[in-house]
Amino acid sequence: MDPALSAVRLTVQEAIHTLSSSEDVGHILSTLGTLKRYLGGTEDPALPEKEEFTTIHFSAILRCLVSKLSPGWLELSPDGQLEQLWESFFLDGPPDQAFLVLMEAIESTAGPSFRLMKMARLLEIFLSKGRVAALMEEQCRPQTKPSFPLFQETLLSKVVGLPDRLGNSLQQDNLTQFLPQNYFPLLGQEVVEVLKAVVNFLQGGLDCSVSFVSRVLGKVCIQGRKKEILGVLVPQLTVLTQDSCLWQRVCWRLVEQVPDRAVEAVLTGLVEAAPRPEVLSRLLGNLVVKNKKAQFVMTRKLLFLQYQHTTPMLQSLLGYLAVDSQRRPLLIQVLKELLETWGNSSAVRHAPLEQQCYISKAILVCLAHLGEPELQDIQDELLASMMAGVKCRLDSSLPPVRRLGMIVAEVISSRIHPEGPPLKFQYEDDEMSREMLALATPGPAGACSSETGGPSLASVVTETPVETPEKTVDSDVPSVQPQGSDSELDSDDEFIPYDMSGDKELKSSKEPRYIRDCLEALTTSEDMERWEAALNVLEGLVYRSPEATREVSVELAKVLLHLEEKTCMAEFEQLRQRALVAVTVTDPEQVAKYLTTQFYGLNYSLRQRMDILDVLVLAAQALSRPRSLQRLSQHGPPGSGTLCAPALASSQPGNAATPDWQVVVEERIKSKTRRFSKGCPRRELTGGPNEFNSVAGYFFFPLLQHFDRPLVTFDLLGDDQLVLGRLAHTLASLMYLAVNTTVAVPMGKALLEFVWALRFHVDTYVRRGLLSAVSSVLLSVPTERLLGDLPDELLEARSWLADVAEKDVDEDCRELAMRALLLLERLRDKLLSISSP
Amino acid sequence: MAAPFPPPPGPRFVLRGTQSPVNTLHFCPASQALGNPLLFSGSQSGLVHIWSLQTRRTVAALNGHKGQGVTWLKTLPQGHQLLSQGRDLRLCLWDLAEGRNTIMDTVQLDSVGFCKSSVLARGQLCWMLAVPGKGSDEVQILEMPSKTSVCTLKPEADAKPGMPMCLGLWQTNSSPRPLLLAGYEDGSVTLWDILERKVCSRIACHEEPVMGLDFDSQKAKGVSGSAGKVLAVWSLDGQQSLQVYKTHELTNPGIAEVTIRPDHKILATAGWDHRIRVFHWRTMKPLAVLAFHSASVYCVAFATDGLLAAGSKDQRISIWSLYPCS
Repeated sequence: MDPALSAVRLTVQEAIHTLSSSEDVGHILSTLGTLKRYLGGTEDPALPEKEEFTTIHFSAILRCLVSKLSPGWLELSPDGQLEQLWESFFLDGPPDQAFLVLMEAIESTAGPSFRLMKMARLLEIFLSKGRVAALMEEQCRPQTKPSFPLFQETLLSKVVGLPDRLGNSLQQDNLTQFLPQNYFPLLGQEVVEVLKAVVNFLQGGLDCSVSFVSRVLGKVCIQGRKKEILGVLVPQLTVLTQDSCLWQRVCWRLVEQVPDRAVEAVLTGLVEAAPRPEVLSRLLGNLVVKNKKAQFVMTRKLLFLQYQHTTPMLQSLLGYLAVDSQRRPLLIQVLKELLETWGNSSAVRHAPLEQQCYISKAILVCLAHLGEPELQDIQDELLASMMAGVKCRLDSSLPPVRRLGMIVAEVISSRIHPEGPPLKFQYEDDEMSREMLALATPGPAGACSSETGGPSLASVVTETPVETPEKTVDSDVPSVQPQGSDSELDSDDEFIPYDMSGDKELKSSKEPRYIRDCLEALTTSEDMERWEAALNVLEGLVYRSPEATREVSVELAKVLLHLEEKTCMAEFEQLRQRALVAVTVTDPEQVAKYLTTQFYGLNYSLRQRMDILDVLVLAAQALSRPRSLQRLSQHGPPGSGTLCAPALASSQPGNAATPDWQVVVEERIKSKTRRFSKGCPRRELTGGPNEFNSVAGYFFFPLLQHFDRPLVTFDLLGDDQLVLGRLAHTLASLMYLAVNTTVAVPMGKALLEFVWALRFHVDTYVRRGLLSAVSSVLLSVPTERLLGDLPDELLEARSWLADVAEKDVDEDCRELAMRALLLLERLRDKLLSISSP
Repeated sequence: MAAPFPPPPGPRFVLRGTQSPVNTLHFCPASQALGNPLLFSGSQSGLVHIWSLQTRRTVAALNGHKGQGVTWLKTLPQGHQLLSQGRDLRLCLWDLAEGRNTIMDTVQLDSVGFCKSSVLARGQLCWMLAVPGKGSDEVQILEMPSKTSVCTLKPEADAKPGMPMCLGLWQTNSSPRPLLLAGYEDGSVTLWDILERKVCSRIACHEEPVMGLDFDSQKAKGVSGSAGKVLAVWSLDGQQSLQVYKTHELTNPGIAEVTIRPDHKILATAGWDHRIRVFHWRTMKPLAVLAFHSASVYCVAFATDGLLAAGSKDQRISIWSLYPCS
């Protein structure tokens, strides 16, 4: 053995002995000083001796120093010299060993104690002095000696797990620096420092490996701290990689070296954090082409299996695929697969709306990135998938799904046939549709993102046009003001205009005065003005002359049901519906019988069938409402159409002509008067029979009879599921309106059977209707009857509801099921409270 | 949900009993009524009713037009004299003093049209009368009570404005020159200088025949309504030339008469759409739409105290009290 090395060993043994036994400050200090020489930059001891010390004896010395730590020992030297020297061993020595010893010591020290806090403070200083960067840098250097994989593994887990471990040891006394939200950004900063050092080494011609850093990154991301660390890392890398190929290569290497199981977490984090596709491209390089796992994550997992990501993230992900020619085939592949999924009818039926929206957005972004020739190549496939998708989407009973189909189809067809006549659907313009259409326009988005000059420049460009209109507005103001002040010159306060809403176009006075005239005008009149006038006055006439209406009620209902819009009349649908409702309310038994049989009649359009359902519900609502309220709402003049009139009348029962002073006086009297019974004086509500009671059956049961018997023109269980959904909702409403009627119990029973037969229906809208039907049964049927007559049905319904609440793809369905379950719970509570006393 | 504006008011009271559509209305000036305000109404059956606004009953009915409709009524400034124009081609001058109701004088007219005449007082016992003339597009100016024809205003041969539909004589305070505003069948309004017998200015402000006009000599602005949908406000500048100042689009076509309240604050229109419309005169801001009548409103008149009367084809006269005179 080399005598010099054995001399080192001897010195160390002696020093440990001195430290553990001596109480003499001078002696200790000199011993430590001797040891310090092996660490310091002074060239006193030879290099091999230093190495021998750092690799073999350093840990032992540190452990010994830790074990000596106590208030008394440190105070041996009152000027703090000893403490300083003690700390310097940890901070100046090889960082990996110092870190491991520190962590080990902290974890093994129990409870709150002086030593623990001292160590924690030391670790804090260790972190703040950038020693973690030094530690990682050490691992990146070309390893001269064989390193133990186990050692690196331990180091890795301690570095990443530091917040958890410190939290465990320190409990309440944890320092803020060790909290995850502080530690991981710091770690990110340290990673940047390491990468800077690595780049320096590489420029100096030294070989380096970033695999340790990659593993740190991977582990942190897996632990779910990707936002904290990448939030610091990505912006800095964005700037650093901008002009330097070397930096880009280091980044690519960094991502490539991430262990397989961490690839997903790291990539998701990067895609989320990268502001623009170009940045993502600089950070990742052609990783998706090289690495199978990365390809899977980027082209399948993020697009098809998840749908919680934001639109900007989608844009940068797909933009990344589009930026490089090597990756473009992948983009085309992705588009094809997306469209295939989009056009899959089973997916349309079973996927949640959010996912469909996500996929549609992805398609639009893809289309915006692809050029004309590329689209021409895959035109046929696109067209086929699109057609299938549009068809099953337009069949859907949910308006948002239909709208998605329309928007995507419009965009695709305009891209495939730019010169052909554009496909144009009619849909309501809402926030979602505008957002989607904005995604489909490639121009400005690309131009803006290509300007990588910096966000500051872009913001300046956008700010200037904003300012100019403001200026013009400012300059306009003076020119406007004189005019305004002119008209305000002398006050017009005395000339307050009256309400002029009644000022409508005057119709020639051909309106019929009698129901039979109306009927004749509607059926045979060639005079369109008379026809319109008849429809306008019909509702009022029906309410005014119930006797005359009853004589012709069914005939009138038939005419109205078959009425077609002959002229371009405003509010035709509402007028017709209101008239039908009025007829039904006036003669409920006959008309309801007629309408319910016609619902399953042969020659009706879906529109008419749905009208029947709407009318039944509205009429039932009118019938079940107390008469006094009903009259009030009918009283408004039929022609005026101002709904505010009855509202006003009801809110001010006195009348509008009551002078202000009277109100003031009454207020004063009220405030000065003391009353023994509190509460506002309210009008007595007059009781009356529920008119729906006697006729509910006519509204309800016929609708349930034939739903499972398909006609040639009408197949509720087949294609016409939209009507089935409406039927379910209608039955639910009728059930709800039948509260407090004697027929509620058999109705509830029949309705539960209906629900049970259809409970696994694929259409979301139908399921929603069924769920609300269950709720209304629970609300309308009296509790004791519910438990007495329908216990089995309730049990079955309960398990079904629980299943839906947990597993249904549609959010509304889940919510409705939850509500129904809550109602069941309440029912049980009520029962318990009845039985307990 | 409450409307920001109050609902329009109802009429203060309604006068019934003419048993015939009311063609024209005129308030007796306060100076002559002496505490018993009167309203004159001319009906299509040829009767002139005198209403007391206190008792709300007819005081008398004057029958002087042989069952032919009365189209225009006006009291003369010298008091207790009423002019009535009828479709029997006569203009009658009634003496109403001391409870008499006799015809003092008549003027034979030559026009069978619906044009209302106009009067301008030029002295204590002397007044000027503008009536539609013999030729279909002429206006005749008479000096009264001598009935001497001063002149005949005939448009230039190539103008072809059609028949005169409404007339308005006036003169400015500064100069004694009488001027005539005439609305014609082609929708134009013409300003005549009577002494020089020439057209000062002419504007085509309507597409349809002008049915009524009124002029505010203080502001040198006037308003005209036509069978069409537009209400036009025009102004007169120092050079005696008319300019369209503003137009207002109505909901329904057809204005039978336009009247500015004597205090020049508001104006009212009689609409064929059964409604009376009230506007702020300076700004032409719509103030109210009064829907009471069930047939076309033929005439609107203001009393000096601000009371508004409207006569309609439904044989009723509604009296309104809106925006009291300050």
